[in-house]
Amino acid sequence: METLMILLVGVLISIGTYLILSRRLLRIVLGSSLISHAVNLLLITSGGLKTGAAPLLSEKTKQFTDAIPQALILTAIVINFAVTALVLVLGYRAYQSYGTDDMEQLRGNEYE
Amino acid sequence: MATFYIFMFLPFFSALLVPFLYKYLNRQIHTGWFVLLAPLSILIYLLQYIPSIAAGETYKFTLSWIPTLGIDITTYVDGLALLFGLLISGVGALVIVYSIFYMSKGREALHHFYVYLLLFMGAMLGLVFSDHLLVLYGFWELTSVSSFLLIAYWYERKSSRQGALKAMLITVIGGFGMLAGFIMLIMMGDTYSIREIIAQVDVIQQHSLFIPAMLCILLGAFTKSAQFPFGIWLPDAMEAPTPVSSYLHSATMVKAGIYLVARMTPIFGGSSVWFWLVAGVGIITLLYGSLSALRQTDLKALLAYSTISQLGLIMSLLGVGSLAVYFGPGEQGTVFTVATFAALFHLFNHSTFKGSLFMVVGIIDHETGKRDVRYLGGLMQVMPITFTIAMIGAFSMAGLPPFNGFLSKEMFFGAVTELAHVSTFGLESIGILFPIIAWVASIFTFVYCMIFVFKTFGGKYHPEKLTRKVHEASLGMLFAPMVLGLLVVLIFFFPNVLGKYILAPALTSVLPMMPVTAYDLKISAWHGFNMELLMTIGVVVIGFLLFKSAKRWVRVIRNYPQELTLTHLYNIALPAMEKGAASLTNRYMTGSLRHYLSYIFSFFVMLLLGSLLLLYGIQFDFSNNASISLFDVGLVLVMIIAALTVLFTNHRVVAIVALGAVGYMVSMFFVIFRAPDLALTQMVVETVTTVLFLLCFYHLPKLKKDIERIPFKLTNLIISLAVGLTVTILALSANGHKLFEPITSFFENAFELAGAKNIVNAILVDFRGFDTMLEISVLAIAGLGVYVLIHQRSKRREHDETE
Repeated sequence: METLMILLVGVLISIGTYLILSRRLLRIVLGSSLISHAVNLLLITSGGLKTGAAPLLSEKTKQFTDAIPQALILTAIVINFAVTALVLVLGYRAYQSYGTDDMEQLRGNEYE
Repeated sequence: MATFYIFMFLPFFSALLVPFLYKYLNRQIHTGWFVLLAPLSILIYLLQYIPSIAAGETYKFTLSWIPTLGIDITTYVDGLALLFGLLISGVGALVIVYSIFYMSKGREALHHFYVYLLLFMGAMLGLVFSDHLLVLYGFWELTSVSSFLLIAYWYERKSSRQGALKAMLITVIGGFGMLAGFIMLIMMGDTYSIREIIAQVDVIQQHSLFIPAMLCILLGAFTKSAQFPFGIWLPDAMEAPTPVSSYLHSATMVKAGIYLVARMTPIFGGSSVWFWLVAGVGIITLLYGSLSALRQTDLKALLAYSTISQLGLIMSLLGVGSLAVYFGPGEQGTVFTVATFAALFHLFNHSTFKGSLFMVVGIIDHETGKRDVRYLGGLMQVMPITFTIAMIGAFSMAGLPPFNGFLSKEMFFGAVTELAHVSTFGLESIGILFPIIAWVASIFTFVYCMIFVFKTFGGKYHPEKLTRKVHEASLGMLFAPMVLGLLVVLIFFFPNVLGKYILAPALTSVLPMMPVTAYDLKISAWHGFNMELLMTIGVVVIGFLLFKSAKRWVRVIRNYPQELTLTHLYNIALPAMEKGAASLTNRYMTGSLRHYLSYIFSFFVMLLLGSLLLLYGIQFDFSNNASISLFDVGLVLVMIIAALTVLFTNHRVVAIVALGAVGYMVSMFFVIFRAPDLALTQMVVETVTTVLFLLCFYHLPKLKKDIERIPFKLTNLIISLAVGLTVTILALSANGHKLFEPITSFFENAFELAGAKNIVNAILVDFRGFDTMLEISVLAIAGLGVYVLIHQRSKRREHDETE
C-alpha cells in the first residue's frame, strides 16, 4: 500500500510541477494545490498505513494509527488553504491591473 | 613607550583638529602652519633614535588592541623602519612648507587637503613601524584610501576622479593579494609578528605555502610600487595637486612596496623565484619607465614615468641583494650585500631629488600656467634659482657627479655587473643581460633628464606662448626644494655620515644574517677608476649624442601606437568586464518565473538524485507494507484521472471541478487511513477552496490553449518527470528504513496527561498548541491580506472616478 501511495504521490507531483511551469497564472495555482495534496498524502504515508484503529481513546484497542502526522497534516491543510486564497486574490488583482495572466508578459525586468 | 605611540598617532590627532583650525583661523593664518608642527615634532623625536639604532639597538613596543585574538599594535623600531620614518616625517615637513605657498588660502578647500595629507602621513608611519602583520595591512589600506582621496582632491575634474579610481582599483587588488600572503605567512609561522616569523625561517622555507605566500605578497608590493605591468596608475595619479605628487608619488607611498620587499627579504630572499621576480620585474620596470618617460611632453607625466623607472632600479637592486641571503657570509655574499646597501642608498637619494623635481614642476606650473615642454623654454634667465634646483635634481637623477645619484648609480652598475659572474639560479647564461639592460636604461634616463632641464630652461624664451607674466617664485615656495637640493649635494660629499648612522642599521634589518664588519669598509670605497666609471662615461657620451639628435628620433617613440600601451589595455578591459558581467547576468536573470523555477527544480533534482546515486542511498524495502485492496487501486486510478484532467483540460470549470475531485479523493484516503479529523477538515476546506476558485474564475480570463512551442513543453515535461521521479525514489528509499521507534506511544497517554480522548486534537491544542496558535495567525494574516487587496482596489477606483 505504501508503495502504491508513493507512486501516486510521484505522479501528482509531476503533474503539479508541469502545471507550475506553464504560462497561465490559474494553472500555476492549480499546480501548487495538486502538489500540496501530494505532500499531505506523503506525510500520512510516512507514518505507516492501516496499522491500527483511529486515534480515539474511546476505541477499545491496543493499537492506534500514528497521530503525529495527522496533527501535522491538519495544520498543513489550514495553512495551505490560507496561502491558496491569498494567491488566488493576488492573481485576480494582477489580472485586473495588467490585463493579462500570462507569466511571460508579467516579467518585471524591463523598466519602461 | 607611550611617547612613541603619541608621536606615531600624532598625525591622526592633528587631522581631527584641522577642520576647527581652518574654520576659525584660516582667514588670518594659513592652516598649513599648524599642520607643519606634526611632522616637525615627529622628525625631531625620531632623530633622537639615530645614535642608539646606529649602535645596534632595536626597540619593541606593544599597545594592546584585541588581546583575545592576539592582535596588538606591536611596533618595532629598527634601522629600516627609522630610515622610512625619517623620510616620511622629513619630506612631509618640507612638502607642507611648500604646500603653504602653493595652495591658495582663499580658493582651496584646505581643511580637506590637510586632513587627507595627515591621514596619509599617519598611515605611512604606522605601516613602517608595525611589526604585526594584520596591523601593517590595516595601515597599508589606509594609505591606499588616503591616496585615493588626495588624487581626487579636485573632484570636480573628470580626469582626477578617473585617476583616483584607477589607483584605488590597482592598489587595492594588490592589497588583497598581500593580505592573502600575510595570512599564509601567519599560518606557516603560527605567529603574527614579522620578527618571530624571521626567527623560524628555516621551517617556513620548507612549507608548501612558501611560494604562494611569496607571490601574493609580491603582488601587493608591485602594485603599490608601480612595477611593471601595474605601474599604469602612477602617471594618472598626477592629477593630484603637486605637493601630493611630490610626497606620495615620489617619496613615500610608492616606496611602501619597496619597504615590504626589503622587510620580507630575510624570509623569502635566497629563493630563486624571489630573485628572478624582484630583480627581473625591477629591471624591466627600469627600462619600461625610462623609455616611456621619453615620450612625454607633460613634465609631471615625465617625472611619473621616471619615478616608475627609478623604483624599478631600487627593486632590482633589492632582488640582486637577496642573493646575499643565498650565499651567506663570505666573499660573494658581501658583494651582494653591497647591492642591498645601494638599494637603500638610492631609495634615500631618490626621495631627495625626486621630491625637489616635483616641487620645481609645481613652481613652473604655478608661475607660467603651463607644464608642457612644447610651450616652455628659456626660463633660465627668468627663474635662475628654480633652474639651479632643477639642474641639481635632474643631474643627480641622471647619475652625474657631484650629486648623490652618481654614487648610487655607480653602486648599481657595480651590483649588476657582478651578476655576470654568478653561476646559480640559471644566471650563467643570461646574467649578462642585467648590466646591458641597466646600461641602456641609464642612457634613456640621461636623455630624459637632459630634456627635462634644457627643454624647459634652455632655448629661447617665448612669453607669447604663456598666459602669465613669468617671474621667479617666492622664497617660501623655493625653500623646500632648496633644502632637498642642498641634501643632494651634501650627501655626495659626505655619504658616509648618512651611511654609517642611517643606512648601515637599515641594512642590518634587511640582511640580519650578514656580519656588520664585512661591508663596513665598502661604504667609503666610492671612488676609483673601474668598470662602473667607464659605464657612466659611456652613458654620458651616448646620452649626449642622443639628446643632440633628439629631434630626429624622438618622433619615432612618440608615434608609438596608443593602442599597444598598458593604459589602453586597462581602458578597454574595464568596460569589457562591466559589459561581460551585465550580459552574463541578463542571460540568466530573465525575469521569467518559469526560468527561475526551472533552475530551482533542476538544482533540486541534481542535488537529491545525485547524492542518492553517489552515496548509494537507493535501497527499497517493501517488507512492512500494508496490503492493497481493490478499493484502494480504484481510488488511486480515479485520482490520477482527475489530476490528468486538470492537466489537459482547456476549460476552467472542468479544471476546477477536477481539482475538487482530487481533494475529495484525498479525504477518502484519510477515511481509509483512519484519520477522521483529517477527512472532515479536508472535506470542508476543499469545498471552500472550490467555491473560492469558482468565485475567482468569473473574473479571470478563459483558460485558453497555450500557444507554446514544442521545446517549451518538452523541457517542462522533462523537468516535471524528473522531479516526480526524484520524489518517488526518495520516498521509497526512506520508507523502508526505520531508524528509531516513533514517539507516538507517548501521546496515547492523552487522557491521563490532557484529559482528552481524541489524540489528534490533544496534540493540536495541548501537546503542540504553539503550532496551532501560529497557524491561526497565518489564517488571520491571509484574511487581512485578501481584505486589503480587494479593499485597496475599490479605494483606488473611487479615487480614479473622482478625478
